[in-house]
This record gives sequence, C-alpha cells and structure tokens, in this order.
Amino acid sequence: MGDVFKALADPTRRAILDELQERNGQTLFEVCTRLISRHGLTSSRQAVSQHLDVLEAAGLVRTRREGRYKFHDLDTSPLRAITDRWQLPTD
Amino acid sequence: MRINLASIHVDDQQKALRFYTEVLGFRKKTDIPMGEHSWLTVVSPEEPEGVELVLEPSDHPAVRPYKEALVADGIPFTSFAVADVQAEFDRLTKLGVTFTQEPASMGLVTTAVLDDTCGNLIQLAAMNDAVA
Repeated sequence: MGDVFKALADPTRRAILDELQERNGQTLFEVCTRLISRHGLTSSRQAVSQHLDVLEAAGLVRTRREGRYKFHDLDTSPLRAITDRWQLPTD
Repeated sequence: MRINLASIHVDDQQKALRFYTEVLGFRKKTDIPMGEHSWLTVVSPEEPEGVELVLEPSDHPAVRPYKEALVADGIPFTSFAVADVQAEFDRLTKLGVTFTQEPASMGLVTTAVLDDTCGNLIQLAAMNDAVA
C-alpha cells in the first residue's frame, strides 16, 4: 500500500477526496469537471489521472469497472491508521 | 459560411434513430439510403430548421477504440442544451436510460452525462440561474 500521508499532502488530491465524499462513483471526466468548476484547479486530465493513481495506491480511492465505464469511489478506511497512531480525545 | 451539421458515430444507425427520436425526442430530418448505410440526420423539434445531427456509422476501424477510450473515462462526445437537467434526468431514467453522471452543479452550468446505447456518452447542460 502507498503512503497515506503522502497521498494527503497534496491539495488537489484532498479536493478530489472532498468531491468523492459528496458523491461516490465518479468517472474521470466528472472528477476533472468538478475540480475545474468548483475548485478552480486547472490540472490536466492526465495529471488528475495520476493523482487518482496515488490515491488508489494509498487505498483512499477504489476503482470499479461497470460495463464500459470506470468509476472512482472514496474509501476512508486507511485514515484509521492516523487515529490509531495518534488517538482522538475520548470525550 | 455557416455550421449546419454536427455528426456522431453510432454503432447501429437504426438503433440510434430509435434512441435519438423515441427516447431523447429529436425528429428524423433526412434518411437517404447510401449503400450499406444511410445519410441519416435528426433535428430538435425546438429548432426544426436548426443544426442537424448526423448519425454516422462507426465502421471505420479507428472509431471504435476512440469511442471506447472516451466512454471508459466518462467523457461525453457532445453536449445538448436542455431547460432543466434534473427534469430530463428524471424523465430519461424512467425510460431506462443509463447515466454515468447524475445532475451536478458545475459553476455556471448544471450537467449530467448519459449513455446513448450506440457507443457514446452525451452531456446534458443547462445554464444555472444567475443569483440576483
């Protein structure tokens, strides 16, 4: 598994996670359109694709093929490693 | 000089004609047999003398991999203007149309993306009302 910390260290990748949290199951096209129209991020499609690869390697994004389409889903379970290491306040 | 045609490559012209007329609601404008295929166009009933969409056969070997690559990444081949994206989404979903992107507000526009069953994705778009 890739490095969760490195995956989270980039603002574009964090924006991708924000958008996937709002709606799971996005195509590359939808992710790109949201980054441009809602975040003013003008990353190329290729750059966004590479960001998604980093997020997938860290386990934060999962891809699924459905017929001829490819969708991206958010998976926050790798974030547990952070709170396991530095625990949240108990109250 | 003016633009009077736009074209889209469809896997099956008759299937495409049914989808673009019976489901989307366009009207057949021209259907001229040309050997194996036809010169086949549709227009919007809102603009019967407007731009015609040519439903063009996709039998050239370069077309299929191109279309498949666009579809895999969710990229629409073209976009149609509608008054209300959510209303069209509701209407078309009831007719069995598959959407790869549900309606979403994207800054100035609201968009959704559907599968035309002939190898293409199509975006529906409406300008968002300006906030006074």
